Amino acid sequence: MSAVANPTRAAREDTPRSPQAGAPVVRLHDVHKSFGALKVLDGVSLDVGPGEVAAIIGQSGSGKSTALRCINALETIQQGTIHVCGHAIHDPQLDRRALRRDVGIVFQSYNLFPHLTAEQNIMLAPTCVKGMTKAQARELAREVLSHVGLAEKAEHYPEQLSGGQQQRVAIARSLAMRPKLMLFDEVTSALDPQLTGEVLKVMENLAREGMTMILVTHEMAFARKVASKVVYMHRGRVWETGTGAMLDDPQTPELRAFIGNGL
Amino acid sequence: MTYQFDFAALLPYWPEFVHGLWLTLQLSAMATVLGFIVGTLCAIGRADGPPAVKWAVAAYVEVIRNTPLLVQIFLVYFGIATLGFRIGANTAAVAALVVNVGAYTCEIVRAGLESVHKAQLEAADCLGLSRVQTYWHVVLRPAVERVYPALTSQYVLLMLASSITSQISAEELTAVANRVQSDTFRSFETYIVVGLLYLLLSFVVRIAFWLVGLGVFVRRRKLGTAL
Repeated sequence: MSAVANPTRAAREDTPRSPQAGAPVVRLHDVHKSFGALKVLDGVSLDVGPGEVAAIIGQSGSGKSTALRCINALETIQQGTIHVCGHAIHDPQLDRRALRRDVGIVFQSYNLFPHLTAEQNIMLAPTCVKGMTKAQARELAREVLSHVGLAEKAEHYPEQLSGGQQQRVAIARSLAMRPKLMLFDEVTSALDPQLTGEVLKVMENLAREGMTMILVTHEMAFARKVASKVVYMHRGRVWETGTGAMLDDPQTPELRAFIGNGL
Repeated sequence: MTYQFDFAALLPYWPEFVHGLWLTLQLSAMATVLGFIVGTLCAIGRADGPPAVKWAVAAYVEVIRNTPLLVQIFLVYFGIATLGFRIGANTAAVAALVVNVGAYTCEIVRAGLESVHKAQLEAADCLGLSRVQTYWHVVLRPAVERVYPALTSQYVLLMLASSITSQISAEELTAVANRVQSDTFRSFETYIVVGLLYLLLSFVVRIAFWLVGLGVFVRRRKLGTAL
């Protein structure tokens, strides 16, 4: 399965928002992070340009989820700099609310609000943060729900939805804030293969529409197919970076072993 | 045993019973609403406040839970008078009940808050919601829904405990009963009637809580499942 004959990437290169154009949306420079004595990030540097889809792969404990959480200021770093959509994340004076308007994140455990319907889950932030009226927010909710193929589930509560549907609602909830950057933290790890497929499809569509995305994933096939940049992390460092083709021709023994184990 | 029951002797006093019943209901309703607000704010303060607030709330809760209600009522009633404020017995009664039930509410709601997963807070934060918005929209409703039966019992207890405020001559149901029995010397009958009226009130309070629950916990009403 080669990345060369991939219609997705071909389409992306035709768009004006092709990868690498313009200043990076995300720039990590020499980021260090420890939890107590445990060094989790050991000098991570990474650039993600507008419209790029970066897939971070690696073993559990390699620091990939932590890196993603640092990008969204959910963890504080001890050293280095992180710039995201013009926000200096490492700055203690960071305006978190402004950052939140630009960056959406989707979690492995969906984290939908269980007492609210799908639609209400989506309407909450636009009304609270952007001051939309309920009517506007409802219209927006319907729009993003149909975007993820769940228009008919607007009135359903999370417990009435499958895991895949819940995750798609969570994606829609983030999209409703019109973020410039979307982060995905192992969003399919709790799903069976079929449900994984429907979530990945939504993400692939987003990528095709030009959304800048960073995803931490164990879905090698998806990374190979959709990502414009694949980042292999090992022991808190960026061990190897490349396009999807890198997975077919790993340069380091660690990545070779990792891919070997995954197959 | 040849006791002759004479409930008829109480009949002339029915307007007083009704008045007492009404006042008990009013005292309880006010103490319930205010006590819920106080208790919930304390619970949030204890779960998420700065250390000084946490300590203050913890001290408040422990003091209240480990002293008799009657003593608290006297302290509020005479304490406020000593400070030079003139307040009525009914106002003092409500104040004392709020202080009392606030502490118990704090502990119950805190258990509810702890049941809300941290990931929910993180999701709300990442959507850009403020602290206050997060508590209001994301945390409180599921938290309160989970401890609602315990809260209901606590507020029924509060209504029953309001009888103790008769000791500072708040004009509620038990105070009425005390006066009626000293007028009629029909103590047994009087307290049987009053006991039945409290039973009725308990029923009313439970119904009220049930109705409020239906209105607030829409998901539960529609799906009938526990959160």
